[in-house]
Amino acid sequence: MIHLVPNLLALLQSSSEQKPEGSLFFPPKASNFAAEADWLYNFIFWVSVIAFFLTIAATVYLVLRYRKSVSPEPQPSPHHSTKLEVIWSVIPSIFLVIMFWKGFELFVDYRKVPAGAYQIQVTGVKWNWTFRYPTGAESSDLHVPMGEPVELLITSKDVLHSVFIPAFRVKQDAVPGRYTNLWFEATMPGKYPMYCTEYCGTSHSAMDNAVYVYETREEFDQWLAGALNPYEGMSLADAGALAWERKGCATCHTNDGTNLVGPSFKGIWGATREFEDGTTATVDENYILESITMPAAKIVKGYPNVMIANGGQNLSDEERNFLVEYIKTLAN
Amino acid sequence: MTNTTPDVHYLNHEKGFKSWFWTLDHKRLGVMYMWSVIAAFILGGIFALLVRMELMEPNAIAGGAALEGFSDKLSAPDLYNHFFTLHGAIMVFLVIIPGIPAALGNFALPMMLGAKDVAYPKLNRFSYHLWLTGAIFFVIALLTKGLDTGWTFYAPYSTSHSDSAVIWATMGAFILGFSSIFTGLNMLVTIHKMRPDGMTWFKMPLFIWAIYATAVIQILATPVIGIALLMLTIERALGVGIFDPALGGDPVLFEHIFWFYSHPAVYVMVLPAMGVVSELISNFSRKPIFGYKSIAFSSVAIAIFSFIVWGHHMFVSGQSDIVNVVFSALTFSVAVPSAIKVFNWVATLYKGSISLDTPMWYALSVIWLFGIGGLTGLWLGTLGTDIHLHDTYFVVAHFHFVMVGSAIFSFIGGIFYWWPKMFGVMYNEFTAKVGCFIAFAGFNLTFLPQFVAGSQGMPRRYFDYAPEFATYNYYSSIGAMVLGIGLSIALFSLVRSLMGEKKVAPANPWGAVTLDWQCTSPPPPHNFDHAPPVQGPYDHELLRWNEELNGYEPIDPVDGDPNLARMGSAKTV
Repeated sequence: MIHLVPNLLALLQSSSEQKPEGSLFFPPKASNFAAEADWLYNFIFWVSVIAFFLTIAATVYLVLRYRKSVSPEPQPSPHHSTKLEVIWSVIPSIFLVIMFWKGFELFVDYRKVPAGAYQIQVTGVKWNWTFRYPTGAESSDLHVPMGEPVELLITSKDVLHSVFIPAFRVKQDAVPGRYTNLWFEATMPGKYPMYCTEYCGTSHSAMDNAVYVYETREEFDQWLAGALNPYEGMSLADAGALAWERKGCATCHTNDGTNLVGPSFKGIWGATREFEDGTTATVDENYILESITMPAAKIVKGYPNVMIANGGQNLSDEERNFLVEYIKTLAN
Repeated sequence: MTNTTPDVHYLNHEKGFKSWFWTLDHKRLGVMYMWSVIAAFILGGIFALLVRMELMEPNAIAGGAALEGFSDKLSAPDLYNHFFTLHGAIMVFLVIIPGIPAALGNFALPMMLGAKDVAYPKLNRFSYHLWLTGAIFFVIALLTKGLDTGWTFYAPYSTSHSDSAVIWATMGAFILGFSSIFTGLNMLVTIHKMRPDGMTWFKMPLFIWAIYATAVIQILATPVIGIALLMLTIERALGVGIFDPALGGDPVLFEHIFWFYSHPAVYVMVLPAMGVVSELISNFSRKPIFGYKSIAFSSVAIAIFSFIVWGHHMFVSGQSDIVNVVFSALTFSVAVPSAIKVFNWVATLYKGSISLDTPMWYALSVIWLFGIGGLTGLWLGTLGTDIHLHDTYFVVAHFHFVMVGSAIFSFIGGIFYWWPKMFGVMYNEFTAKVGCFIAFAGFNLTFLPQFVAGSQGMPRRYFDYAPEFATYNYYSSIGAMVLGIGLSIALFSLVRSLMGEKKVAPANPWGAVTLDWQCTSPPPPHNFDHAPPVQGPYDHELLRWNEELNGYEPIDPVDGDPNLARMGSAKTV
């Protein structure tokens, strides 16, 4: 156990070295909510540390002072004390009221979306996010300008998901059949992780898209214009590679031969595949099209039947064609 | 004179499988519950270790190497999802909920009342058989298609998407719910109707108050989870749209009715634990519990408040903002009675004569662990901080401190406390203490780093995680192994005491004044020939240490009263 101590010290140092913006307890503060949420966390932390320390110190002292070898017989003392009990009920209550109130105030800020906030539609689906911008542009990572209130209008196509951006200290469930929302104002340019925090099945932990914060509105607009027609001027295979990445194919199907939830695309073109029902087929254009639109039709041996026709829903006809060309380039 | 085990007692007056399986004796049922719960705990613990093994290092998604070879049907992430679900479901439904009320409650409560049995012995046996049936359903789920919904069964994943044995598991939980309701009903009626003459409400041991408050929750809240699981089953089996929006249902409705039970259920786990700790702290300090009435009333207050705080599990679910604010405010109301209990325990130590036997070490551990578990609840009840921490490892650490650190450690402390009464033997104190210390250290090492992983943003139920969470997970996994070793030593010390040369236990090794210690160890089949005279449950001055007995005896035994006479000697009269 002794060797853990230097390791823990190293942990304290390394966490501050690797992430200069973050701290021991928190990821970087990158939104308008972060400072206040962290302040409240720290307030509760210190109140709790003091309360805990006093309780444990009293326990340790009393156990040592009145252990049997020192105190062979119990001595009489009051069995209750209304005064003492009122004191130790009322003092914590005061702190609890403060905590509730500060939390309530912050919550009001969290929920009051400023008028004119830039609205982005977010749709969760097993296991990918799609972000739609007012211009009609679409992306699988979230892109936002800095210093502007942004509202996410969130829903889900299948099961519960949840949008969580630790650096922004925001979180909201994505519920199928209804919209939920959250807002923030990014305060620091950079790339931050975004996670799904409502359990959604096999690749729950792979729904980890990125959030890009642009320092100026111009940079953001430039990205937005490009996102409107991302495939423009690309070769079919390159467009396929981009679609593979943007539309979440990459969550389950790699391009390097590593097998995740689904088979890798590497080397399947022209290969003979063996299915769960014992039949086989050679991978050609029609096989790929069928696997996208009707994934349950042929299940490759050793893989679960978890891709629900949404692979097809999520892709345009064009994107399917791009993918076919892309998979061809991955042939052995 | 040395101690001897009585010739005839509840363990040996009848023999054979049938005499146990069809018994109506609350003590035998309590003992069977205990071993069953321990078996389920070991199974749930193995799943916990598998989960921690997978999470020991990041980037498992590329290989899932830690889980390789467990199944050729499921991919590594699916396997992981099955493991954490089964860990949670087994620990909640089969271990912690029945743990103290059904095992220790059954064994000790009727004797604490000076009674021969519970009010409805046949219903009691039926409860145990229901527990076994529910457990069999879980095992069938495990052996067929497993379970990957999370123990929370959230719709519509559980109803329309999961390819696992959801219905076996929900029906198992449904049946276990009835086991819990019947146990609660039995305890409630027993406490109301079978208290001996002279035992007024405020002369009841605090363990009985705790079981009483627990029983109220079991009876009122458990039917709701039964209905929720039944609706879920109907939707999954017949496609009736209740929760899945694709069928016209509402998934947030499921969250509401699920937590309407499952939040009070937290107190089904914790209240009896607080009852055990109250007994232990008082008896091992040889002091009356400080603020008896406030502990008793705080149990009842917690039971009542527990019904109106469920919404704090749903601050980011999409429920209305006003509802969130109301639930946050109500949640803080539970914090006060919980804090009062801890302060009362600490104050009980004052001017006592404290024996640091194994059960007392568990009780002191609970002050530490429940302290952390309770205080970290403040971040989650506060709206502004819960948004960031919700569904992260912070929550995982928080509820493990409450449900394992408080409920399971109290359960184990209670087992070590009543063990001499149950089996008439003493365990090896040294081994038992070593087990307690290692488990305590391992527990803290497992779950303290998880708070930081959570506030840094690591979500729960993740098969894989970003490299910045690696250090926390590494130490957490090491801690889980240490915890496993500690608990194994604790179990070894108990099992060892039953084998080989036994160290015979006196009738009253700890100097407890409650009536359960006023019969022989182990108790005779019907506990008492006459109802023992009632005294204050914490009047320790009525007892004195007898070196010869290696136990406590009444200072002024009444000649001719067989119960009081027996109290001092291990021999049956």
